[in-house]
Amino acid sequence: MTRAALLLLADGRFPAGGHAHSGGAEAAVRAGLITDAASLEEFCRGRLHTSGLVAASLAAAAALGVDPGDLDAAADARTPSPALRAAARRLGRQLLRAARATWPCAGLDLLARRFPKGAHQPVVLGAVAQAAGLEPLDAAYCAAYESVGGPATATVRLLGLDPFDATGVLARLAPATDRVADRAVRAAREALDTGVDALPAASAPLLEISAEVHAARTGRLFAT
Amino acid sequence: MAGVTAGGGTAGVRAHARIEARPDGRGSTVLPVLAGEGPLALRRTRGTAGEARVTVVGAMSGPLGGDRFLLEADVAADARLGVGSAAATLALPGQGKDPARQETRLRVAAGAALRWEPEPLISVRGSDLELLTRAEVAEGGRLLLREELVLGRHAEPPGTLTSRLTLRVGGRLVLDQELACGPGAPGGWDGPAVLAGHRAVGQILLVDPAFAVRPPPSRLLGQAASLVALPGPAALITALAPDALRLRRLLEEALRATAGPAGDAEGG
Repeated sequence: MTRAALLLLADGRFPAGGHAHSGGAEAAVRAGLITDAASLEEFCRGRLHTSGLVAASLAAAAALGVDPGDLDAAADARTPSPALRAAARRLGRQLLRAARATWPCAGLDLLARRFPKGAHQPVVLGAVAQAAGLEPLDAAYCAAYESVGGPATATVRLLGLDPFDATGVLARLAPATDRVADRAVRAAREALDTGVDALPAASAPLLEISAEVHAARTGRLFAT
Repeated sequence: MAGVTAGGGTAGVRAHARIEARPDGRGSTVLPVLAGEGPLALRRTRGTAGEARVTVVGAMSGPLGGDRFLLEADVAADARLGVGSAAATLALPGQGKDPARQETRLRVAAGAALRWEPEPLISVRGSDLELLTRAEVAEGGRLLLREELVLGRHAEPPGTLTSRLTLRVGGRLVLDQELACGPGAPGGWDGPAVLAGHRAVGQILLVDPAFAVRPPPSRLLGQAASLVALPGPAALITALAPDALRLRRLLEEALRATAGPAGDAEGG
């Protein structure tokens, strides 16, 4: 297979529904916590090292072949907010639909049958990466990058932030993204040997609380 | 036995405290094991009808860097135990580079109830502490677990603190989360995604069989506290506040607002 599949999977234009989500950026903008490129960067850095790391580890573990049922339960336990759990399953369903059309294979069909209500998106992402012939590290990169790419793109729309500034934020986060992807793969290998408790459980209290605030709000631009 | 260990240029205190609670068959709870040591001294204090009460008395300050504390509580079927502490715990810098580690293991049997409500943990400048809390509740057991973390004494920058909390109910993982903050934590911990400048963060974890039938609806208290149903017979209150006092108020307010099965359980 080809590494170019990673570009396809990580592309914001891949039709998996991610564009409808801001990764908590809309709630943070409305709370006055993201106001410019500097605060967007702090937001993204915090998200990368918490839910980004967890997502990257789940994705890498799924790509390595850790049981998706165990991973889905581990993802549930790492996501206290019901609004975020529901969104993660919806995104998982959407990604799986797009991926089965793009890389048809028995493994993805089986995953869809096993999780009729959808599995957590990072778990699906790892399985899709595997189906596309990618490595666990690719899956981790994809999840880690998504954890900051989504909020950055959303903030351009929400704040009218200069797209050059938003892209600069992502570029400055690249070294940290590398470290998170590496750590995710190490944890995933450990999980393959010792079970899913070895996966990171880094949490961001404000993302969890504000996801519930956001879900209760009318007139949202983004679903989360 | 509490002992002082030395190695690699660091020295730390090891301490292990154990509580076992079981029903006496006449509606009360007895404590066949109440074994504290060193910095983890245990006192049996006045309980309520049916519930035994234990207070952890800080006989020494700590934990300091390099220290290893282990607290265990086992609540047997149909017993009821409440555990608190006499004062806030200060995480203090040690002489070595090793972090301090405080582990809490709680086991609650079917029909048993445990309230675990220690005073806040204050992360003092220069300290480095890992907290690990593992709760295992049997199907039909009840738990109220409070954790309050305060970052620094008044107007002081915090030390490095990580706290991992896991809950299993009936052997099934329900909650696994870790918060890392302070100078040794990965970047962004004080930013708008994680703590946003708040200096006190806390949670109340509630396990109640009634939640399996009727999970509590999500509730908000302002922009900085929420109550959510976990994927199991459990709920979690999370709150952020500028200081310990306001954190406690927020958590208590949120607990009253649940006023559901868990609240009833406390009274019954």
